[in-house]
Amino acid sequence: MDELRPVTTICYYDLGGKLHQMACKVTTVPFRGTKEQEEKLLAVIAELRDTPGALMPIMQRAQDIYGYLPIEVQTIIADQMNVPLEKIYGIATFYAQFALAPKGEYRISVCLGTACYVKGSQPVYDKISELLGIKEGECTPDGKFSLESCRCVGACGLAPVMMINDDVYGRLVPDMIPDILKKYE
Amino acid sequence: MEQYTVKINGIEVTAPKGTTVLEAARMAGVTIPTLCYLKDINAIGACRICVVEVKGARGLCAACVYPIAPNMEVFTHTPRVVAYRKKTLELILSDHNCSCLSCVRSGNCELQALCKEYGVENEDAYAGAKNPSELDESAVHMVRDNSKCILCRRCVAACEKNQGIGVIGANERGFKTKICSAFEMDLADTSCVSCGQCIAVCPTGALYEKSNIDDIFAAIADPDKYVVVQTAPAVRAGLAEEFGKPIGTNAQGKMAAALRRLGFDKVFDTNFGADLTIMEEANEFLDRVQNGGKLPLITSCSPGWVKYCEHYYPEFTENLSSCKSPQQMQGAITKSYFAEKMGIDPKKIVSVSVMPCTAKKFEIGRDNQSGAGLPDMDYTMTTRELARMIKRAGIRWDDLPEEDFDHPLGEGTGAAVIFGATGGVMEAALRTAVEKLTGETLPRPDFVEVRGTDAIKEATYHVAGMDVNICVTSGLANAAKVLDMVKSGEKNYHFIEVMACPGGCVNGGGQPQVHASVRNFTDIRAERAKVLYSLDEANTIRKSHENPEIIELYDKFLGKPGSHKAHELLHTTYVKRVVNKKF
Amino acid sequence: MHNISIQELEAIRDKMAPHINFRHEEMIGKMDDNYRIHVCVCGGTGCTSSGSETLIKVLNEELEKNGLTDQVQIVKTGCFGLCALGPIMIVHPEGSFYSRVTPEMIPEIVKEHLVGGKPVTKYLYKETVTENGTIGYDQTHFYAKQNRVALRNCGRISPEKIDEYIGTNGYFALKKVLTEMKPEDVIQVLLDSGLRGRGGAGFPTGLKWKFARAYDNDQKYVCCNADEGDPGAFMDRSVLEGDPHVVLEAMTIAGYTIGASQGYIYVRAEYPIAVKRLQIAIEQAHEYGLLGDNILGTGFKFDIGLRLGAGAFVCGEETALMTSIEGNRGEPRPRPPFPAEKGLFQKPSILNNVETWANIPQIILKGAAWFASMGTEKSKGTKVFALGGKINNTGLVEIPMGTTLREVIEEIGGGIPNGKKFKAAQTGGPSGGCIPAEHFDVPIDYDNLIAIGSMMGSGGLIVMDEDNCMVDIAKFFLQFTVDESCGKCTPCRIGTKRLLEMLERITKGQGKLEDLDKMEELCYYIKANALCGLGQTAPNPVLSTLRYFRDEYIAHVVDKRCPAGVCKDLLKFVVDKEKCVGCGLCMRNCPAGAITRTEYVAPGHKLASVEIDPDKCVKCGVCMGNCKFKAISKQ
Repeated sequence: MDELRPVTTICYYDLGGKLHQMACKVTTVPFRGTKEQEEKLLAVIAELRDTPGALMPIMQRAQDIYGYLPIEVQTIIADQMNVPLEKIYGIATFYAQFALAPKGEYRISVCLGTACYVKGSQPVYDKISELLGIKEGECTPDGKFSLESCRCVGACGLAPVMMINDDVYGRLVPDMIPDILKKYE
Repeated sequence: MEQYTVKINGIEVTAPKGTTVLEAARMAGVTIPTLCYLKDINAIGACRICVVEVKGARGLCAACVYPIAPNMEVFTHTPRVVAYRKKTLELILSDHNCSCLSCVRSGNCELQALCKEYGVENEDAYAGAKNPSELDESAVHMVRDNSKCILCRRCVAACEKNQGIGVIGANERGFKTKICSAFEMDLADTSCVSCGQCIAVCPTGALYEKSNIDDIFAAIADPDKYVVVQTAPAVRAGLAEEFGKPIGTNAQGKMAAALRRLGFDKVFDTNFGADLTIMEEANEFLDRVQNGGKLPLITSCSPGWVKYCEHYYPEFTENLSSCKSPQQMQGAITKSYFAEKMGIDPKKIVSVSVMPCTAKKFEIGRDNQSGAGLPDMDYTMTTRELARMIKRAGIRWDDLPEEDFDHPLGEGTGAAVIFGATGGVMEAALRTAVEKLTGETLPRPDFVEVRGTDAIKEATYHVAGMDVNICVTSGLANAAKVLDMVKSGEKNYHFIEVMACPGGCVNGGGQPQVHASVRNFTDIRAERAKVLYSLDEANTIRKSHENPEIIELYDKFLGKPGSHKAHELLHTTYVKRVVNKKF
Repeated sequence: MHNISIQELEAIRDKMAPHINFRHEEMIGKMDDNYRIHVCVCGGTGCTSSGSETLIKVLNEELEKNGLTDQVQIVKTGCFGLCALGPIMIVHPEGSFYSRVTPEMIPEIVKEHLVGGKPVTKYLYKETVTENGTIGYDQTHFYAKQNRVALRNCGRISPEKIDEYIGTNGYFALKKVLTEMKPEDVIQVLLDSGLRGRGGAGFPTGLKWKFARAYDNDQKYVCCNADEGDPGAFMDRSVLEGDPHVVLEAMTIAGYTIGASQGYIYVRAEYPIAVKRLQIAIEQAHEYGLLGDNILGTGFKFDIGLRLGAGAFVCGEETALMTSIEGNRGEPRPRPPFPAEKGLFQKPSILNNVETWANIPQIILKGAAWFASMGTEKSKGTKVFALGGKINNTGLVEIPMGTTLREVIEEIGGGIPNGKKFKAAQTGGPSGGCIPAEHFDVPIDYDNLIAIGSMMGSGGLIVMDEDNCMVDIAKFFLQFTVDESCGKCTPCRIGTKRLLEMLERITKGQGKLEDLDKMEELCYYIKANALCGLGQTAPNPVLSTLRYFRDEYIAHVVDKRCPAGVCKDLLKFVVDKEKCVGCGLCMRNCPAGAITRTEYVAPGHKLASVEIDPDKCVKCGVCMGNCKFKAISKQ
């Protein structure tokens, strides 16, 4: 089962001059956050910090700003909110919506909810996975496509359904996939 | 308080509203097994081992969190309940590394004990995929082995709630849930303060100290080495538990005898180092008070606390007493004064300590802990490790005589022995400082206001025309509260004692692990502290400055407290750290 | 804007009501003063996905071209329910029902129908075209049996205009409560109405409010569960998209009743349209002072905040939802203490789901007796179901409690497509069970569904036909639960995983007969021991399929065969050599190179044929799909 496939990546960090190897879940994609993004995030934190239960909304807004929640961003939130980084990481890994790695330029999400599943969305998903050579949560090396499954987008009438960014494709069969993907290449 | 009468297995019990079924059952003479539950800090109803049948309730109820209600009828050990508990254990085992024979907790594992109790015959009853896991051996003081973790989250609660740190927590979800640090980074890269409270509460072998036993045995066996050992005050209040004695047994005499039989060349008492600390620290306090130094002065004996202060309150590092901890002072004196006195090459001395503490393993590697040009300490082991050494050496505890420590570094006063309980350092310091300030002898050396396991204790003493405001706290979450009050100006203390572990060293991360079934109903901190206070009471010398060996040390070697030599050997420096490393 | 007064509220209603009523089915054929024609276009997620935004754009352009802008009003409404036929467009006053509308159809519809007055029958939903002319959408099978209470405004009003809501008597239940009723009265009405929670467990709503009211506290909370997570259920989304104000009004009523001044709506972030409409609705309610201080000049104060879920099914569980609003991992807490005593931020709280809220203003206005007159003895009112799976009319239906499964599937749902045979209906999502044909005539209500091993849940109703393997379905739901388990308690974290592994072994042909008993035992263990509702109900899909479709399990375990031909590992593709002509099309298309040509000796003569190597075959089914001679079948 691929959920038990080792997800450990080896990362090298320069900690106080010595190169330090650590087995961790930090993404290997370099962080490209800008000053503007950080300012935006700090403004969000300033706006929300006194609202009860502010942590989740802040993390959601942070993901809107950066597209994902790498350690650099989570550390800003932890330091600003004075909560353990681990607490933020615990929340980020609990909810499916939070991403630790960047998403592709085109995010494909295939509905594997009941209605779509019984109408054959699994073969559609498998076809995309096969054509792009990526698995759940992964991004193609060129950063173009990322693939994920989702639960019911509420368009059950169109089952099986997938979304590429905000475009919805319904009544899919695997043979339609190559042509659809071509539109984004 | 409203009282409810309930029936536990047909036995009537009356208890106040808010009592849990677990507690009520205990009153009825019934033990309900628990795994995740830890009184006050971890009432989460997660493991489900404590389920019971409550008449009228829909499924089974978790006794640890289920409050009693009037006329409630509870059945704690019906065949159905017992069968289900066994199933819960079988499921836990299906995702557990069952290599019990080589496990550090074998024989003392709460899971193992329950499996035996519930007649689990087949650890593969629900064999299936196990979560992959790696050992985290990055920290100097401990190892995390998630393959043995049962996700009870007691460690998480101890770290987050008692210590206010939260460097470990539950991550991911569902079957993949695991306890680890943010981004699964090494514990060594986090702001873990090495207190070991997580180890103390772990029911299985998932968390354990990095052991130095083999190195120590090797040093003892090496004819070229002169191996001296010192034991902290709190060790004598806990060690006997490892040999089946009740909590609160004094092990001082047998411990000294056992250490001698293990082959240590000298068996010293850290109480000597503690008295020395008081001499220096009381002097430092008076100096700061009289010469406008940085106040409040905050104690620095607890290395977990020191590291916490450096990470979380770096602005307070100048308030920390520059005094080394008793262990380090004793180590420095061993390799200087003692070596000189005995004519031993200090390089040949291997200095070992037995501590109720895991943070000591971090402390010995700190900068500026080499007073005599050599590391003050070479090895430090926990109370648990000492018990293992004694057992491995085949020493029969019950047959041990009561022996005394060796001298000249084996004399300790009543003031020193109470270092092991929260408030002890403060009380010891007050006994000396007050007499120094007033020049008069205290009629009674007891400062009872600072005793007991309350989270934060305060007192004001009128000494020599001034009001001295003191505060004593233990548990780092409480320490944070105190520091925040100081920071905001809400409180104006002159002297603060902080111990990292709740209740002080008697409840240290290196002390014998006590099963939750006992911990939840006995205040082990108070029971162990009693040993120390009765030793204090029984001691004829109860003030550090009256310790004859200390007086001799100053006369013959150090000069006076705060002297240049004392500074060289007995004082240290601190660094400012951050909570979250920047990558 | 100032806080509107009761008189102003009445004035808005009186102005809007005739206008809105124009779109009611009982008003079909009547005239509206303002606009001659109303074109309602569905702006729900389903129809938006299939392009209704573009339709509105094209419609506007065409109206402009034909100079109809002051005669025809375009209303972007919420969901009509019949999503399978989307995008849907209804033209009033006739109630003409255009289905699967494309932008290309618009000019013709505008010209023929809006200008010419003659509906374009070829674009109308086929059922509405009869020999005697066309009928309104309300007379179709899909709508005729429905009784829309919670969905009453979906498809009727523009959800982005508060005045339209007020025009339907909106906020008049709140007015009634604030000016004429004591909190106890409200609770009594709810108790008398028999309303039970629509989110799953069916707890009496009035009782829940009564408990929360009884606890003294300076701060209490009213929460709305809009974290609709059951795959295949989307009634809450439709209410939020089509009638968001009803939720705000009902929550405000609850605030008055239990003594709370703050409410939270916890809504799935995956519902962007619902989130947007809620934001607009809250803003508009603030403008009118229907939220905030001194509502309708009565001195009552209440506000509502939005919280977005982040993709965790377990957050539909009440304590998990509250833990999540507090900003934590959404892990459930043990109960007691119940939320009525210690809920959100440890304060007395109530939580109801969207559909429950949507019923409340109507109950207040029309009375408990009206509501209690619908439904069965213990389940009053109506229930919304999301029909999905192998059924012709996928979509949302609202039916009185007590309607039979047969009526829902065969009449409203239009039966099973492609002439296939009905096998089972799954209700209650991952917490529910599969109901076989033998229970087709059981009246649907809370208690009956539980008695037959399923549950109401939030109202997903997935239909399965003979091509669905029930073991595979059970596995699908278990996989869902395993993915969504929070991981806190042992039975759910490890138990469901082990259950799933057993199912996987069975679908791979590695199961043993005794596994079935072991599975059943584990199911009952999990039900009794798990911490929260998610875990306690997780085994239901397994238990119900074991109960009704044990023969399918036995086929997998004993015969190593999947009767429905779904479980790949048990499948075999075989060539009927009588039919095969050896054309080789299958060979060329086989991705695994598993097919080779052979010769087949029939009595008297030799024929070309093919063979499939079962070791190489990946069971993709391409050969079967491509064979023009139907010579390949799966077994």
